[in-house]
This record gives sequence, C-alpha cells and structure tokens, in this order.
Amino acid sequence: MSQARAGGCKSEISFTVNGVFSTVRAYPMERLLDVLRGELELTGVKEGCGEGECGSCSVLMDGALVNSCLIPALQASGANITTIEGLGEPTRLHGLQKAFLECGGAQCGICTPGMILAAFHLLRKNPDPTLEDIREGLAGNLCRCTGYAQIFEAVAVAARRGDVS
Amino acid sequence: MRADPANFELIAPGSLQSVVTLLASEPGRWLPIAGGTDVMVRFAAGMLPPQKLVSVWNLPELRRLEVMPEEVRIGAGCTYTDLREHPVVDEEFPLLANAARATGGIANQNRGTLGGNIVNASPAADSLPALLVYEADLILVSVRGERRLPYSEFHLAYKTTRLAPDELIRAICLRRVFLEYVPYWRKVGARNAQAISKVSMAGLARLSGGILEDARIALGSVAPIPLRLTETEQAIRGRGLGPETTQLARRAVVAEIRPIDDIRSTARYRAAIAANLVSEFLGKLSAKKA
Repeated sequence: MSQARAGGCKSEISFTVNGVFSTVRAYPMERLLDVLRGELELTGVKEGCGEGECGSCSVLMDGALVNSCLIPALQASGANITTIEGLGEPTRLHGLQKAFLECGGAQCGICTPGMILAAFHLLRKNPDPTLEDIREGLAGNLCRCTGYAQIFEAVAVAARRGDVS
Repeated sequence: MRADPANFELIAPGSLQSVVTLLASEPGRWLPIAGGTDVMVRFAAGMLPPQKLVSVWNLPELRRLEVMPEEVRIGAGCTYTDLREHPVVDEEFPLLANAARATGGIANQNRGTLGGNIVNASPAADSLPALLVYEADLILVSVRGERRLPYSEFHLAYKTTRLAPDELIRAICLRRVFLEYVPYWRKVGARNAQAISKVSMAGLARLSGGILEDARIALGSVAPIPLRLTETEQAIRGRGLGPETTQLARRAVVAEIRPIDDIRSTARYRAAIAANLVSEFLGKLSAKKA
C-alpha cells in the first residue's frame, strides 16, 4: 500500500446532530466546522480564529465541549453532536438563551453560540458555579464586545433559576 | 493559506495494534493525530505538508489511566480533562493536575492529550516541566515491542525526539513517591487561560529541618527543549533556606537557561521571570517551614 502521494477521497460519514441521524459525504480531514455549516447549514456554529483559540465554533461532541475547527470530520464519525440550534428554538428558548437576552450577554452575536454551549457544558458538570468557576468554564471563549461582565451575569442568573437542562 | 482537505488522507483503524502495524508498513509516512489541538492548527495554517494521517484519538488502549501500587500509568491518549479530574493525579501529582488546568480552555483540555503534548515537543508545553521533576518514564510501543525510556532522555533538540518513525507513546509512568514533597507550579503568560507561556515552572522539594534535602526545578520556554535545571538543583541541595540560598539559586538559574527573543517575550524578560519564579518557590518553602 505504498502511494506516491497522499490524497483523500470523500467518504460517507455519519453522526447524530441535534438528535437527527445524518450522513454526509466529506473528506476525512474536512473540519467538522465546515461540514456543520456547509453540508448541514447549521450556521449557528461560527468561525472565528480557526485555530482553537476563540471558541466561536464550540459544539458538544459526546457531551464534551470541543472546538469544531480542530475536529477532522472522520473523528466525528458515530458521535452525538449538539450545536446551538439543538439547545433551543426562537419560540422556545433555552434558559441560558433567555438569560443572555435579559442580561445583555449578546451584542454582535458571533461569540454567543459558543459562549452558551460552554456555559451549558459548565452547568451540567457544576450546577452551582462560583464566579471563578464561570470565568474558568468560559475562558476559552473570547468576546470583543461585552467586556464579559454581562455574560458571566447571564450564566449566574441561569444557574440560579436552574432551568438549564 | 488554508490547506485543502482533498490533499490529505486520514484513516481511523480503531485499535493500537492496527495503528502500529500501519506505522511499521511505511515508517515516517503516517502522522498520528490524537485530539488535533496541534496538528489541526498547523493544517488550518497551511503549514502541514499534504500527507497521510492516522487517528489515534480515543483508542481504548491509550485512554486508560492505571493506578498500580508502585506507579500510575497514564495512557498517552488521556486528555487534560482526564488528568485534572482524576483523584489520584490530583492528590499525588498536583503539578501535572495544575498544568492540565492551565493548558488552553476547557474545549482544548477536552481534546488535547498528554502523549500529544510530549510528541509535539514544544519547549513551551505546560505539562512537560512537571513530567521532568516527577522523573516520569515513557513506554513506547511499535510492532517490535515495547521499550521503557526515562522521559528526561526523550527530547534531543528543538522538536527532535527519540521516538522512532514506527513508534507511538503508549503510556507515561509516574512513581508514587511524592506525597512528602512540596509542589510549586506557575505559568507566566499574557493571560491566564489560553495564552501560550512566556515562562512556566514546576518545582518540587523535600525539606528536613529547614534543609533542602531534595529540590527539583524544571522550566518551560527557556531553552529549545523543556529544561530540568540540574546545576541549579545541585547548587542548592543540602543548603538551608534563606536569602543566601535564594541569591545563589537566582544566579544559577540565569546561568543555566538559554532563553530567546520571540513573538511572545524577550530573553531578558524570561531570565528575570525565571529567577523570580525560583525565588517565589524558595519563599513558599520558607513559609512552609515556619
């Protein structure tokens, strides 16, 4: 099996996204971020830095918060993925989404899906976080608008209300 | 410019045996990829030449953390999250648990692996000074079998290691003999989370009546490889704590490190910080003694 040059070909890759079983044709090294946005039109997954520094492309993969820009599509095979679209809907917002709206936790909105998924991941592990816990849980998500205070407040409010499952 | 995924092959054979067989079939042609926190960054930046990759992410043989009577064996595929959440690592190897907590944000901790950090061989890697002071061993595996190597011998030069082209790191072994040691860990960067270190330090000391019976110091980002400061350690071993020993240690540290100017910091700043961290370490030990 020696080959003169490396080269991939598209193959069928299946995973569950927001509860729906999906099969896409993708290059194994295609970024999960591009597959979610391009093939499945889940454009709530944002691209910021493209190198795992900003957290805009955060999704949950088998329950773990990950940067989808750093996941080759093949490694998502068989996984259970949740994007912001799977958390709530415009008519039935998730508790974290409500709290972000009320507290001014979203301004331009690019970081917001990642922030909310990081907060969701935090609250599932730690339903009663201190401010320090919130800061640490969201440290991988950068926001250039809010100055973070409203975001941390939104997470604290959602945690106090407890309707975040 | 971003790389074109069409130019890359990636397969996921699913077992350690099949991965090492593949590596042996074309040594040097397959690049292992675990959580992708380094490889995918190079890929996205167009800095990864078109090649064939083999996924080692979540291989069951590499994701185990075995607690044995004499040592803890951390599978090379264990993530930073696995490390920071493991009670034995947290209690007996706090330097490693702290490094895991300070590496990237939560999303990167969920994907970055200890084996990947070692093989990536960055002198700025946060977990590697801890492995040096704990005098970890590595178990390397290939179709030829397994070999055990002191981690201190693994890095030869900048990004050059003793890993053979057909080998993988299977596990990192830590002897369970450090409960009496006082740990010190600190990372200095532009920001606590996510920023790559300007300087990081892992220190470990055992005191007896105010005397430094054993003192171990390793630094990140001050040389082409993660550096254990054996000369500094020797200079202060057997001495009492106090201003004289601290001054001696500061001079020894600055003489022993080889920092450079780069985008993150300057050699001068790094030398000053390295000396300050060692002072802080010894100061913390004095407070402990009192």
